Amino acid sequence: MNLAPASLPWLAAHELRLAWRDALAMMTGGRRTRLVGWIVGGGAVFGIMLLIAWFSVRPWVQAGIVIDKQALVLISGIGLLFWAVTLSQALEAVTRVYYGRSDLDLILSSPASSARLFAVRAGTVFVSTTLLGLLLISPLVIALVAQDGPRWLSAVLVLLALSALSVAIAMIITRLLFRLTGPRRTRLIAQVVAGIVGAGFVIGVQAAAILSHDGFSRLAFFQSQEIIDAAPGTDSLLWLPARAVLGEPLPALLLVSAALAALIVTVLLIAPSYGRLATAAAGLNQVRSQRRPSPKAFRPASQRQALRRKEFLLLQRDPWLLSQTLMQLLYLVPPALLLWINYGSASGDGTFVVIVPVLIMACGQLAGGLAWLAISGEDAHDLVATAPLSTASILRAKIEAVLIVILVLMAPLLAFMAFSAWPMALITAICASLAAAASTAIQLWFRVTAKRSMFRRRQVASRAATLCEAFSSILWAGTGALWAAGIPILAVAPAILAVGTLGLARLLAPRGK
Amino acid sequence: MPAALSIAGLHKSFDRPVVKGVDLTIRTGEFYALLGPNGAGKTTILRMVAGLLRPDAGSISVLGIDALAEPVAAKRRMAWVSDEPMVYHRLTPLEYLDFVAGLWQVEPAQARQSAHELVDWLGLAPHANELCGGFSKGMLQKVALAGALVHDPDLIILDEPLTGLDAGSARQVKDVLRAKTAAGVTVIMTTHILEVAERMAERIGVISGGRLIAEGTLAELRTRIGRETTLEEIFLDLVAEGQAVGQDAA
Repeated sequence: MNLAPASLPWLAAHELRLAWRDALAMMTGGRRTRLVGWIVGGGAVFGIMLLIAWFSVRPWVQAGIVIDKQALVLISGIGLLFWAVTLSQALEAVTRVYYGRSDLDLILSSPASSARLFAVRAGTVFVSTTLLGLLLISPLVIALVAQDGPRWLSAVLVLLALSALSVAIAMIITRLLFRLTGPRRTRLIAQVVAGIVGAGFVIGVQAAAILSHDGFSRLAFFQSQEIIDAAPGTDSLLWLPARAVLGEPLPALLLVSAALAALIVTVLLIAPSYGRLATAAAGLNQVRSQRRPSPKAFRPASQRQALRRKEFLLLQRDPWLLSQTLMQLLYLVPPALLLWINYGSASGDGTFVVIVPVLIMACGQLAGGLAWLAISGEDAHDLVATAPLSTASILRAKIEAVLIVILVLMAPLLAFMAFSAWPMALITAICASLAAAASTAIQLWFRVTAKRSMFRRRQVASRAATLCEAFSSILWAGTGALWAAGIPILAVAPAILAVGTLGLARLLAPRGK
Repeated sequence: MPAALSIAGLHKSFDRPVVKGVDLTIRTGEFYALLGPNGAGKTTILRMVAGLLRPDAGSISVLGIDALAEPVAAKRRMAWVSDEPMVYHRLTPLEYLDFVAGLWQVEPAQARQSAHELVDWLGLAPHANELCGGFSKGMLQKVALAGALVHDPDLIILDEPLTGLDAGSARQVKDVLRAKTAAGVTVIMTTHILEVAERMAERIGVISGGRLIAEGTLAELRTRIGRETTLEEIFLDLVAEGQAVGQDAA
């Protein structure tokens, strides 16, 4: 089929082809055989998710689903949690529409309409957000359809509506940020907002659950009597999305139509300014930022100190790092809150079973990200490699920089914990150190030469490293939880598995590292 | 006095051989230009000298130091500047020079003085406290060059240092390099700008197909092809001759 050049379908076909090839390259790394691994591995993960969903909804279905206020509150609550993640994802993707350069200079310098390009890229964001959402909810939907009937298929329509609404809101937020803060700050603020929206709602609900029930469960919060009592009656319009999920055709139709209309109107309103704003964003490469000369410059320092100082400066000035690690740090808020409200109380020890693994997990994940930046994300690789010091010294200095940052971040929480229950602080310190060390070692073994700007794609670059790092952190968190719960014998099992994971990572790592 | 650089029987293969038995000696204080078509093996040779690649066979001696046996000692005496400036976008030129001076363990007072002299010399003084992220390619290349000079190396290796530079920046870089060779520093440079090699280099080496096919002063190269002509003509003739020999050998 011949499409008119530079028309909407022609641009869409171009985007689709690029997206498909990009996805294929990321999955296969140039080797088609890896695709089989992806299909098998992905199928296995999906199967596990389906099993979990199946057995989670089974008691509910068997008891007979009654559409009362409690059910509406629960479905709406889950929907809101899910929507926060969708909105966060959309906001991040819309930011990239303005700031991702790749072929933008080529297209913007051509006679093709920039408004049309924006419409296509907004559509791409909508499709990718919907697909990601579909991947997440499909096990639950399949389980419900199989056990309770096809009416649950309308959840897919609600997902479509939520995605459209998320993309529309993300576009409005980005446009407003351009107007209020200018192109220089929009990207950073949008990323921070995306992080806060993604984690903030979840954390907010969790914090409310902790403050009102001393509990950690978000779902229990939505099922609490106070929330159900405070919610409006079942005939309220507020339950329209929940009713749409439950298969009522009119709410589903209304919701989807309204959301798609909102998306189309937003695209039509914002598209005309796209060319101008994307060009302004492109001009940022030429913007210079003045710094005050450091009084510490040109002071005696060893080679390792010089390397550490450089790493600290770059980590401190890295906006990507700020937004990417913000979510990880935000997840530390609920345990800190739990620690705060149980400080000195008799029930305090029980809450540590929750706090300890969260801290260990956060520590492992944060160390992995920082280690990637310090070890692999070296913008002046040749400079450091031609410096008169051994490779081992370079790596040692970089690892020291990572561990020092982790220590600085964790020390206040550990100190606070130590005042309340020092054995728990000790357990956390030991397991968090092991998790951080393991993540750093994995990043060291899988190191590649890359630019810091590749940080976002590091997980795609080595899936083995990402999976090993995640499993290692989870297993060390499990070890800490069991140890904190007073069953150290059982804690040995996840610890052995964590060491095994590390061994496996060593085996999988490319040779010569 | 040992040679600034002495290479013997250097070999390197990736998926195919790219450097095939190169022998090369460069005298101390010499300005040496290494020319060759794209993919000839110039950068690979220089990366092996700088310690960024390990040769499959052969020896490399930098100012009398065996660079393969004692890489740290050899690195202490030399500097490497690639065509892609190795600069941190979130450091200022002065912070960058402070970092480089720290890596090469330059005495702080001397490093401070050299850094300020270099930013002045290269016209970077008004931007000394700006993050490098907003700099043009030419400015980044000058920051990278300042980094190479701040530790006062005896051997400077430059891979296409003038690529992408405007006339003014290129002039500044050439002036700095001339001054350094006048002070006894050895400079080895690859370039595709033959005019630069013609005007600045004392000796020129031509690489083709991973082999050093010709070497000498401009006059010697002219004698070899038997014509009084420009370096461009000499280069094209030598490369054509080298490729013909390579095809015969294959």
